[in-house]
Amino acid sequence: MAVLVFPENWDGKFKKLSFELVSYASKVADMLGDQAIVVSIGNVEAGELGKLATYGADKIISIENSALNALDDQAYAGMIAEVAQKVNASVVVLSNNNTGKALAPRLSVRLKAGIASGVGKLPVSTTPFVVNKKVYSGKAFANVEIKTPVRIITLAQNSFEVIESPKPVVIEKSDIQPDQGLMKIKVNDVQKLAGKILLTDADIVVSGGRGMRSPDNWGPLVEMAELLGAGTACSRPVSDEGWRPHDEHTGQTGKIIAPNLYFAIGISGAIQHLAGISSSKYIVAINTDKDAPIFEAAQYGIVGDASKVLPKLVEKLKEIKSK
Amino acid sequence: MKILVCISNVPDTTTKVKFVDELKKLDVNGIQWVINPWDELALTRALELKDDAANGIQSVTVAHVGLSTSEPTIRKALAIGADDAIRVNTESGDAYSVAAQLAEVLKNENFDIILCGIESSDHNGSTVGGMLAEFLRVPSVTCVSSLKFENGQPVVSREIDGGKEGLSLPVPFVAIVQKGIAKEPRIAAMRGIMSARTKPIKVYEPQAIDNLTEVVNYEMPKPRAACKYVDAENAGQLIDLLQNEARVF
Repeated sequence: MAVLVFPENWDGKFKKLSFELVSYASKVADMLGDQAIVVSIGNVEAGELGKLATYGADKIISIENSALNALDDQAYAGMIAEVAQKVNASVVVLSNNNTGKALAPRLSVRLKAGIASGVGKLPVSTTPFVVNKKVYSGKAFANVEIKTPVRIITLAQNSFEVIESPKPVVIEKSDIQPDQGLMKIKVNDVQKLAGKILLTDADIVVSGGRGMRSPDNWGPLVEMAELLGAGTACSRPVSDEGWRPHDEHTGQTGKIIAPNLYFAIGISGAIQHLAGISSSKYIVAINTDKDAPIFEAAQYGIVGDASKVLPKLVEKLKEIKSK
Repeated sequence: MKILVCISNVPDTTTKVKFVDELKKLDVNGIQWVINPWDELALTRALELKDDAANGIQSVTVAHVGLSTSEPTIRKALAIGADDAIRVNTESGDAYSVAAQLAEVLKNENFDIILCGIESSDHNGSTVGGMLAEFLRVPSVTCVSSLKFENGQPVVSREIDGGKEGLSLPVPFVAIVQKGIAKEPRIAAMRGIMSARTKPIKVYEPQAIDNLTEVVNYEMPKPRAACKYVDAENAGQLIDLLQNEARVF
């Protein structure tokens, strides 16, 4: 038996998210007394696979094929299912990100495996197999029993720490190939914003709401984000008004994020907004309305106008930087 | 070309959820049920595409797994503009059983494009669409933020980390859609509400399909510690607290 984990690579490299996944899989394997086995798909740079061993992988099965650069839901799921059967996986772990959301449900059907998605902690118990997950967009949690011999877990991003537990690792180049007949998706173009910090990756996020009053007032917010190495986000009304791009919208229907620190600036904290950010470790609220619900979710707060408060924060951060 | 939109009904997103029966069941008292927000956007986009005759969309159908008590949700979708509906007459179980029930019905139909919302706002699973595609053995694209037609062929774009990919693929396929697919959900007009009463809902009896997962119980989140306030005049002090007390940078 084994715990199989799929950490995707980004242009041939792994990142923190990949290490979180392997750390998690390794701990689940410890609970079950099984091995943690990684399946990697696509070409990766030299030395990258070895990095995964640092986080407790016992074995790495690498499927390298230059036809596998773009995600094809069907073909990828087919290969992971084949590996899962080969290693007799009792648990398959993926990320609850774009890729995991594409593949996990297909694996569930192929392996007739029950699935729990957006899990943030180690299983509550292994017999029966029960995991804890967010439901109702973070308004509650559910303990879910997965009743099948094979279980699929998608791990919520930034919810499980990266744990170093280096092991001697076996790296095996696999001869598994994608089923060409299944590859129906043709990529016509790729647009990428270079240099922008991904909201789902960011440790710190600075987010603005309608209390910013005008798209012209974003200067100090962006400056603060740059000083902190933070991502920038916004509330739904702001993206609906076109003040900021849609990909910055955090909240129930936008991006769900869990940074270490979230600044809600001029955001009142409607229940739909909180649903997208409630897993943040620290929330800072800056709002003119002392009764705004955001202060109930926040650990630190300033009652005041963003246009007056932000320059003070920027000034202080610059002072620290210059030291 | 025929489009199918899968819809689930969920508590209105402003609902403060409560649980009863030793925290095993949602307290449905006073809950207002709505079409899952992402499914509503999917339906809106399907109708926008049908509005442009050049796209050649013959019909937009909605499908739902649920008892007759959820018919108001289906009627709402018909009022918004769907032509007809399919309902599988069973209490909706876990994602696997919902997808399997839908697949049983749909394998005998010939929809070209099946749209599903990226997740439902109750169990946040993000799974039914992908499962359905696998049951039907058709391609799928997940995190779709745009669907349009170019030269009579569907073109989708999906979100990837830090950007977008424009894709084409042959029908039939499942598109699992998210924010961006439509701007605002379409609202039912009076004429739509009137005509929805007579639009057909085909009811299918369920297959025997087991749930693979079961909710043992629910928990409410632990309350957060009270907010610590910093005076606006001394805003810089906040940075000290974050650095030295919370130690977040």
